[in-house]
Order: sequence, then C-alpha cells, then structure tokens
Amino acid sequence: MTITEKILAAHAGKDHVKPGDLLQADVDMALANDITAPLAIKVFEEIGRDDVFDREKIALVPDHFVPNKDIPSAHQAKMMREFAGKYGIKNYFEVGQMGVEHVILPEKGLVIPGDLVIGADSHTCTYGALGAFATGVGSTDMGVIMATGKVWLKTPPTIKVIFEGELQPWVCGKDLILYLMGVLGVEGANYCAIEFTGPVIKKLTMDQRMTMANMAIECGAKNGIFEADEITLDYVKERSSRRPVVVKADPDAAYERVVHIDAAKIKPQVAFPHSPDNVRPASEGRDVKLDQVFIGSCTNGRLEDLRIAAGLLKGKSVAKGIRLIVLPGSPLIYKQAIKEGIIDAFLDAGATIGPPSCGPCLGGHLGILADGERCASTSNRNFIGRMGDPRSEVYLVSPAVAAASAVLGRIATPDEI
Amino acid sequence: MNIEGKVWKFGDNIDTDVIIPARFLNVSDKKIMAANAFSDLRPDFAKGVRSGDVIVGGNNFGCGSSREHAPLAIKEAGISVIIAKSFARIFYRNSFNIGLPILESREAVESADEGDQIYADLVTGEIINRTKDKRFTAKPIPDFMRDVIQAGGLVEYIKKEKQS
Repeated sequence: MTITEKILAAHAGKDHVKPGDLLQADVDMALANDITAPLAIKVFEEIGRDDVFDREKIALVPDHFVPNKDIPSAHQAKMMREFAGKYGIKNYFEVGQMGVEHVILPEKGLVIPGDLVIGADSHTCTYGALGAFATGVGSTDMGVIMATGKVWLKTPPTIKVIFEGELQPWVCGKDLILYLMGVLGVEGANYCAIEFTGPVIKKLTMDQRMTMANMAIECGAKNGIFEADEITLDYVKERSSRRPVVVKADPDAAYERVVHIDAAKIKPQVAFPHSPDNVRPASEGRDVKLDQVFIGSCTNGRLEDLRIAAGLLKGKSVAKGIRLIVLPGSPLIYKQAIKEGIIDAFLDAGATIGPPSCGPCLGGHLGILADGERCASTSNRNFIGRMGDPRSEVYLVSPAVAAASAVLGRIATPDEI
Repeated sequence: MNIEGKVWKFGDNIDTDVIIPARFLNVSDKKIMAANAFSDLRPDFAKGVRSGDVIVGGNNFGCGSSREHAPLAIKEAGISVIIAKSFARIFYRNSFNIGLPILESREAVESADEGDQIYADLVTGEIINRTKDKRFTAKPIPDFMRDVIQAGGLVEYIKKEKQS
C-alpha cells in the first residue's frame, strides 16, 4: 500500500484498502475557519446532538476576515466564538493567538505524522507535509464530523512524483510545486493523492514541504503527502507530546502514475493569470509591471519565507509606486521575525506589515486590487477576481521572486538585485 | 426525479471564486449568495436565471476552494442540475451533501449550446437535449452517494443512521 492507503486503512479499522474503496474513517483533527464554520455550526445544530464528538479534536481558527473587516464578518466571527465557548472547544484561537489556520495547526503541534485531518478549507492538504493524511471538505461534511468524529472517504489512487537533481540558486519549494502545476495541470491529479518523494524532497525543510503540500489541491488532488523523516520528527517533537506514527510506502505499492522531475532544470517560476498551471520561468515576466506585492498566506507566510524575502530586501528599497504588504502567518512567526531583524528589514525597505490573517489572498481585506492592477503574490490562487476587481491580475511567485519584484517594480528574478 | 430547463453554458475550470467571489462570503444567507452567483463572469446570470434552468460546464467544474457557498448559491438561484464533463472533488462532494444534483456526461456537454432545452432523469442519468433531439446517459453515481441523495442530503442521512 501507499502512505495514503495505509493511513486511511488504519483509521477505518482495516488491514488493507485499495483505490476506489469507500471507507468510514475516524478523524484525529477537524478544522474550520470563519467562512466555513458558521455553515457547519448550522448543520451541527440541525443534526441535534447534545455535544461535539471530542472538544480536543476540533480546531476553529478565525483567519479569513479577522480581525473583523466589516459588520457581517463580525457576526460570523461572533457565531464561531460563541460555539467554541458553548462546547468548550480547546483549540479555538482568538485574535492575538490566531494566525493563518494552516500555519497555526502544525506550529501548535496539532498535527503529527500518521494523523487523519479533515478541514473545511481546501488547503487543509498542507498537513501532508507532516506525513499525515489531510484533505479539505465543505461545511456540511464538517458539521457532521463535529457531531460524529467520522468521515466518509473514497480511497484515492496515488501519483508518485520523484524530484531528482541539485536545485539551482533561489529555487525553493514554491518553484518546485509551481513547476509541477505546469506539468500536471489544474486537474491533472483530480481525486488522486500525490506522494512527493526523491532526493530533493529529503533535503527540504518543513516550511518548504508545507508550501508544496499546500498546493496539491491546485492540481485537483485529494491530498499531497510526504514520508515523515528525521526533519519531520525534529519539527514535531518540540511541539507535541503525542507519539508520531511514521508511515512508509511498501516497496510494491501500486501507483497510478510515476512522474520524474529533473529539478536541476527548474528556474524560479511564476504562474501568470488566471490559472495556477499557467507557469513560466520568472525571467519571462520582466515586462510585467506591478502595483502590489504580497508576502504571506498559508502557502508562504512562514518564518523561512519571511527570512528569504527580508534577506533580499535588506539595504534596498521597494520601487516607487509599489505597495509591499507582508502578513506573518502567526503571532509566533511575527515575534521571531522581530527578534531576527526581519521586520526591520521589511519596514526599512518600505513595506507595510499587517496582522497574521489570510488578508488579500482571497480578496478579503488588507490589500484588495483595483481594476487593471497587477500583484505578485506568494499565495496559491490567481483566478479571475481572486484578490479584488475581476479586471485585476495575480502572478503567483516564491518569496524570493516577490522580494526582487518589489524592488524592481516588475516581475524579477532574485539574481537581478 | 425529472427536471427540465434552459441551458446556461460555461467553459472549463469554472472555479469557486467566479461562482461566488470571496467578498460575498461574509454572510451565510443563501439569498444573498444566489444574488451574487457568477457576478464577475456572467453578470446577467443572477437576474436572468429561472427556476429549473440547467448549468452545462466543461472539465473540472467547481475547482478551487471548499466554500459550500458555491453549490448553495447555484441551488438557491434555481438551478435544477449541473451537467459537466467532470467536477472538482470538493465541489462534487458538497453538491451531493446539500442536495444539488450533478451529472457527468462529456457528450451531453459537447452537444449543448446556450439556451437549449434539456430534460434529465436524475435517477437513471438519462439526459435529453430537446433542442437538438439527442439522448445521452450520464456516468453512474456511486451507491453511497445515491443513498445520500435518496435520504435528502447528508444531514438527513446521518439522522436516519442514528435512528437505525
């Protein structure tokens, strides 16, 4: 069996599963945010159970429109807060503790290798980076899970992607996943699991692995997964007292496809509007003049991302007319970024720093685009109207390309500065 | 369960951001969701759609976010069924859960044009394009999904399971 099949089997009380098998699985952690939780709460109430299945296995993170951006958002956040209070939800994160949900959960040790995590957010697949099975669902599924602790899942076939070769300078996890988007396409992994493997992957830090797993959904995948190793276990042992279950694929595991990627050929990438698979080398974007650069989100709002961007910006200035917006992914990352001088470097370069939040990534707040405006963003989606006006444009890039682009006022590669 | 209605034709990779942009996600009121469905892509949709109308889409319909607001907005707008070449995973699941019928048929999509009159039997998967006088059969849905539909959605299914 593959890693995904083994985790699903273990959570469904079965010795063996195969692609297509329909399972009822136990959920280790259920997650919702301020957009999806209100609908899930209505469903939970409609089911009519007296209590949630386990108050320690539910995480509620207000992060999309919080700190409340308007009155309707304030009502949604209030509904979530009151639900968390009523049922004693242990992992509810109030403003001050909250950050981007997919940054917060691993940071707090709420996901460990071998777990099965279901979230009412499509980027729940981020936790595959920890060797967990993690996938996104909608609010009705989440309401049912909060009541029962169980979820129906169809076992997905697995696509194995092997990254080989030495990485070129400035190439990071974001470039690898953008490049893979170009290879697979936006529905190239529909209903499948993606197993990320190969010598390149073994050397990647947890932050970079999370960036890659985060965008598995962008190829239509159910989940993206990495085999847990020493790097994973080092990350987890500082954060959780639970015992990780390291799951490895069998040597004879059956894969739907095996994709070999020569990572040595990959240059810094950019996804042009309006699709994450519309990928080209960033060097082909030199004519794209920008109005805004966003560094943050569940894809690239982690400490290493901020370090890379600040390292490039140090001693330089953001180009005239460019708004550089930086949202650290969590309070802890924000604090560490202050300690390391990262925030100073951003401010000195002319950036503005906002609170940990999803912010402009989904066109919520803190940096909405006007018609005709262009933004280079470290986030994961560049659909029409994603960050604001339907006539605005979003270019998806790594933190390094974002920083270089902010300095030159156009899509730029790090070696240009 | 049979439906009949006029076609609204869409292309490939219709994502949840164009079905319902995030600026309308600050409410849980289905009527507000429906009033803003496809507002950036098809500003004529919300006003022009009639109860029973049919959406015909290409590949990967509903890709992107997990927002259940997307199928809810479409259902509340009066759409009786979505027929597409293929659906994105979370959208597919959400549609069943909230009781919005969806059918997969590459051939039915390819033959359908904006404004065509379509009949569909949601149980057998039979699709008839009355304008073109052509018949198709949609891909069968998994038995479990059929049980959920017959129960009237996932909430009703869970309630019944609890009683049994």
